[in-house]
Amino acid sequence: MKRLLALLLIVTGLASAPLHAGSDLWPNIPKATGKPHPEGNLFWRKNHMKLLVHDRDLTMRKGDRNIRASLKECIQCHAVKDEQGQAVGVDDPRHFCRACHDFAAVKVDCFMCHNSKPEESSQALLDRRLPDTNELAAYLKEAAQ
Amino acid sequence: MKLPALKFSKKPSEMNRRDFLRSGAALATVTIAPGVTLMAFGGKEASANADPGKRWGLLIDVNKCSKDCSACVSACSQENGWKLPENPETDAQWIRKVDLTDNATGREVSLVAMCQHCEEPPCVDVCPTGASFKRDDGIVLVDKHICIGCRYCMMACPYKARSFIHENIVDEQKTWAPRGKGTVESCTLCVHRVDAGGTPACVEACTATGNGAMIFGDLKDPESEISKALAKYPSTALRDDLGLNPGVRYQNL
Repeated sequence: MKRLLALLLIVTGLASAPLHAGSDLWPNIPKATGKPHPEGNLFWRKNHMKLLVHDRDLTMRKGDRNIRASLKECIQCHAVKDEQGQAVGVDDPRHFCRACHDFAAVKVDCFMCHNSKPEESSQALLDRRLPDTNELAAYLKEAAQ
Repeated sequence: MKLPALKFSKKPSEMNRRDFLRSGAALATVTIAPGVTLMAFGGKEASANADPGKRWGLLIDVNKCSKDCSACVSACSQENGWKLPENPETDAQWIRKVDLTDNATGREVSLVAMCQHCEEPPCVDVCPTGASFKRDDGIVLVDKHICIGCRYCMMACPYKARSFIHENIVDEQKTWAPRGKGTVESCTLCVHRVDAGGTPACVEACTATGNGAMIFGDLKDPESEISKALAKYPSTALRDDLGLNPGVRYQNL
């Protein structure tokens, strides 16, 4: 029995030792920015789909905007940047969601409708607004003539 | 013997009892009490949910809507990330300009038409999956998670307010307006702005042009600008005969 146990330990030891980054037996999960999840990564790995579905219904059907699990926020912190420093989309195998989903061979439907890249930064949004006001000013000038 | 390796072997395994209890507790805070999370997250709104005591509506003054202005249409397109239609037969149109001429008198009017956010929406009646629904505050939306793209709602809508997405859209969507091939979409009354206490993009653009043809507000609040205007001046709903009681009303039509 002891021998069997020892053998088992060795086998599990050997099998699990490379279950770390850079191994084929464990997905290479990209690092995120922002604060870590208080519930722990394990909890989110296991439950993210349930939490996302639950809270999406709250937001869309009930109009509750103060939710805990939103795809937008996932993507904000978990975005993976490419060589040019641009966030990669889900068509890139380096995308955060694909890292695990490719590994587990589970298809994600989210990005058939949702954007897989993070929202423009608030500064970019401000910049984007500027041409609008110019456009409007030009329109107003035209209308006044 | 590789003892530390045992720690790694725990990684892909199931959670232990303590983890499980902790996760259960975390779930409970999310599921049971949205009110509590509201406080914890410091929400600005009085209520976290769509308020059944409100009914959002629009009043469009046709006399003030200029024929050559389409500021509201471009504002909507920019806000919600749909392209201005090249082929009006198939391309998305959340809001569109309509020019009308009275054959008897020759009077020409120009107006905008979009989802009329009916009190009795036919699109909701016919939807076989429950994807088409009306929020408690009267905003009619499509739940694209369960929309199967059958387009019954498009046929049922007397205002031709809905569009079907025929082609793939990849990473062009706004985070507040997800759009995908095979689903139906329409004006959301800029629900993301309304929930944040704002006004729809079209109304904002219309006011910015100085035409001021659109008023947005709560139809159930007698003190709101829109209710006061409705009480003072005559207005009409499009296809009033259908008895759908739309949230969008027109003046001087």
